[in-house]
Amino acid sequence: MNFLAVIGRVVLRFLEQLGRFTLFTVTAVSHCVRPPIFPCLIGRQMIDIGYYSLPVVGLTAIFSGMVLALQSYTGFARFNAESAVANVVVLSLTRELGPVLAGLMVAGRIGASMAAEIGTMRVTEQIDALTTLSTNPYKYLIAPRLIAGLLMLPLLVLVADIIGVFGGYIVGVYKLGFNPNVYLSNTIDFLEPLDVISGLVKAAVFGFIIALMGCYNGFNSKGGAQGVGSATTNAVVSSSILILVFNYMLTELFFSI
Amino acid sequence: MSALPKIHLANVRKSFGPKDVLTGIDLDVAAAESVVVIGGSGTGKSVLLKCVLGLLTADSGTIEVDGTDVTQLSANDRDDTNKKFGMLFQGGALFDSITVWENVAFGLIQGSGMTRADAKELSLETLGKVGLTKDVGELSPAELSGGMQKRVGLARAIAGSPEIVFFDEPTTGLDPIMADVINDLIVTCVKDKGITALSITHDMASARKIGDRIAMLYQGKLIWIGPADDVDHSGNAYVDQFVNGRADGPIHMELRR
Repeated sequence: MNFLAVIGRVVLRFLEQLGRFTLFTVTAVSHCVRPPIFPCLIGRQMIDIGYYSLPVVGLTAIFSGMVLALQSYTGFARFNAESAVANVVVLSLTRELGPVLAGLMVAGRIGASMAAEIGTMRVTEQIDALTTLSTNPYKYLIAPRLIAGLLMLPLLVLVADIIGVFGGYIVGVYKLGFNPNVYLSNTIDFLEPLDVISGLVKAAVFGFIIALMGCYNGFNSKGGAQGVGSATTNAVVSSSILILVFNYMLTELFFSI
Repeated sequence: MSALPKIHLANVRKSFGPKDVLTGIDLDVAAAESVVVIGGSGTGKSVLLKCVLGLLTADSGTIEVDGTDVTQLSANDRDDTNKKFGMLFQGGALFDSITVWENVAFGLIQGSGMTRADAKELSLETLGKVGLTKDVGELSPAELSGGMQKRVGLARAIAGSPEIVFFDEPTTGLDPIMADVINDLIVTCVKDKGITALSITHDMASARKIGDRIAMLYQGKLIWIGPADDVDHSGNAYVDQFVNGRADGPIHMELRR
């Protein structure tokens, strides 16, 4: 009987959390599309998410491109398929590694920062203060972050794709001895618009997920420093897992035959 | 007291899970009156304020502001009603990402749509009223002492010329002299301007100074309401024990042994 009660409590708690998350998402999205919109706040978040994430995403991309070229070469050499290195690098980066790695890096950097900032505002009553000053917290805090996340991740991934391909090019040409023109033509010739577009769509979804989980966990944090710490951890872990789950679902959507 | 109270609470109840915090609050606050609610820590004083402000939803009962039941308002109407309110939070709840003057001007810019230039002028003027110079306006809240933060919080609460101001533990954490300075500022800024005030505190010196009437909250109910001058000879054993700060009496602190 006690065992059943425990299961019941767990299910009820799960449903309560799910309902709370759904309500939060619906409210937040509705504030993204309803005026007034705060362009200054969106711009500030875009700089924070996009511009300040460039170094970490760029470094991740260039080394991923480099190691991808090296690994593909050593693997493909067994089958005399070294010429496919450039294609593998560009396809892997644009379809998968670019959006996923950028998403995970931004989740660590931005998701944590959003959860910590909003969580601190929650526990220090700053969010309550917003309400008393006739400012809707969803409109002022959440919507700009969601919009900025949605817009900036595709841009970051586009840059990451270019940098990653450049990393592969450096290893391919200067270490593995590929002809530069052949490497570039192999890179471009086999690349289709859908490869890039699917990556950018993924990035937009990941950007939304990162901002949503950061805001949700921060907004619902409780207690003091420990609550904010938990919110930050939950934001990063949940957004990372969701990125991987949605990556599979979107890949299935784009490329399943 | 005028016929229509500025704030009218009738049988307001609020529980958190199995814990009943407010078990039937009845209180009328007249226009331009200052009522102070006293009570021990954890008795639900802040919950009472937050229910009136709409930060928490009362489980049942009526909360009227100027004769309008605010528990039934839509989100937009609630925002409009909140324009009547100012709130001084216990910890200040100043926004740490913006300067002091921007904090004071926040409600004017976001809530009332005033231009930044006009709002800055008015906020610096309001800072002057609470004894802070223009230089302070350019500082970040983190650079201020606790007393200065309270003053900025007070300036922010009154900057929008609210009809009603709520004070949540306005003197907690301050030295006796600074506490008295804050009390004087509250009297000057609120009572002298005919603003309706509802305060919560357990600082009796503050309660006597800023309150026209004092109400005591105990076990979810207001067990005594009377003129501030009568609080020392209320004839209520609970109030006497609280006012005199005695460990012995009908109020028992639950201590783990």
